[in-house]
Amino acid sequence: MKDPTLVVAGLLTLSAGTFAFRFCGPVLRQRIAFPPRAGKLLEAAAVVLLAALVATTGLTEGHGFAGFARPAGVLVGGILAWRKAPFLVVVLAAAATTAVLRLLGVP
Amino acid sequence: MGSIYRTLSRGTLRDIALACLAVWFIGLSYGAIAVASGFPLWVPAAQSVLVLAGASEFLFIGIVAAGGNPLAAAAAGLLVNARHLPYGLALPDMTGPGRPWRRLLGSHVMNDESVVFALAQEDLPRKRAAYWACGLGVLLCWPAGAVLGALIGSVIGNTSAFGLDAMFPAVILALIVPALRDRVMVRAAVTGAVIALAATPFLPAGLPELLALLAVLTTIRHRPTP
Repeated sequence: MKDPTLVVAGLLTLSAGTFAFRFCGPVLRQRIAFPPRAGKLLEAAAVVLLAALVATTGLTEGHGFAGFARPAGVLVGGILAWRKAPFLVVVLAAAATTAVLRLLGVP
Repeated sequence: MGSIYRTLSRGTLRDIALACLAVWFIGLSYGAIAVASGFPLWVPAAQSVLVLAGASEFLFIGIVAAGGNPLAAAAAGLLVNARHLPYGLALPDMTGPGRPWRRLLGSHVMNDESVVFALAQEDLPRKRAAYWACGLGVLLCWPAGAVLGALIGSVIGNTSAFGLDAMFPAVILALIVPALRDRVMVRAAVTGAVIALAATPFLPAGLPELLALLAVLTTIRHRPTP
């Protein structure tokens, strides 16, 4: 691990900032009227960030391609989620697909 | 909190319990992956309690393990967690009048799952009960899973054989699938994913996701003229 002091600083920054987001929403709601369009835009930003996160963590490792087994598992999970399968089924099916593919020698 | 069990239907309680079980399981993979990436047990343990937001914690671990600066990793995590601000704007008051600790704890247990369950309920008492039941359940299950996962991870070592690395993207995908039933969101999400993938070979970890935010622009192009 890198310099532990820096990791602690990062960890505390993330914790404090996340709490601030959680705390400020309800407080702001009572004080100001938020335009619905701003809410929509923030929602879109969250979906885009998370979609980008799915793409990078599902398909890449470091700066390169992660292999086929992982995205195949994610795809199976995605299809199940689309068909409204329970959360646990989605997660386990994704891991199981990837594990079985790797067992069969798929990278 | 005893009133939670009288307020919520049995079906809702079962769904909340299943969601918490899933969180516990993802916590297992999170702890195992963190330890496999070279972090000591206290890092996932402290994060799981203090941050209590899975996606940002995975992101933090991933960026720092890939050689990124922890403060840059925190910034990327904060951007992912910025969604908690609109959650608070979208929900009616979940804590109600009461002591300050209730408000502080009520804020801390705001997460994707507790918000989704609260929004799905019809009236305010049920919304509050679902929010607290799910929020407190996640507060227990996420750290418990992370610590156990870290302990298991330090024993088994090779977590990729179990497909644990596919769990996290699958979890995030499952979380955004409901939003993806809207065509505008699909276009923005796909654009963002393509931008992030195209940037990954060239940019340090964490930045491709931030660059992907440009895709938000696709959602404001087709607004009706006043």
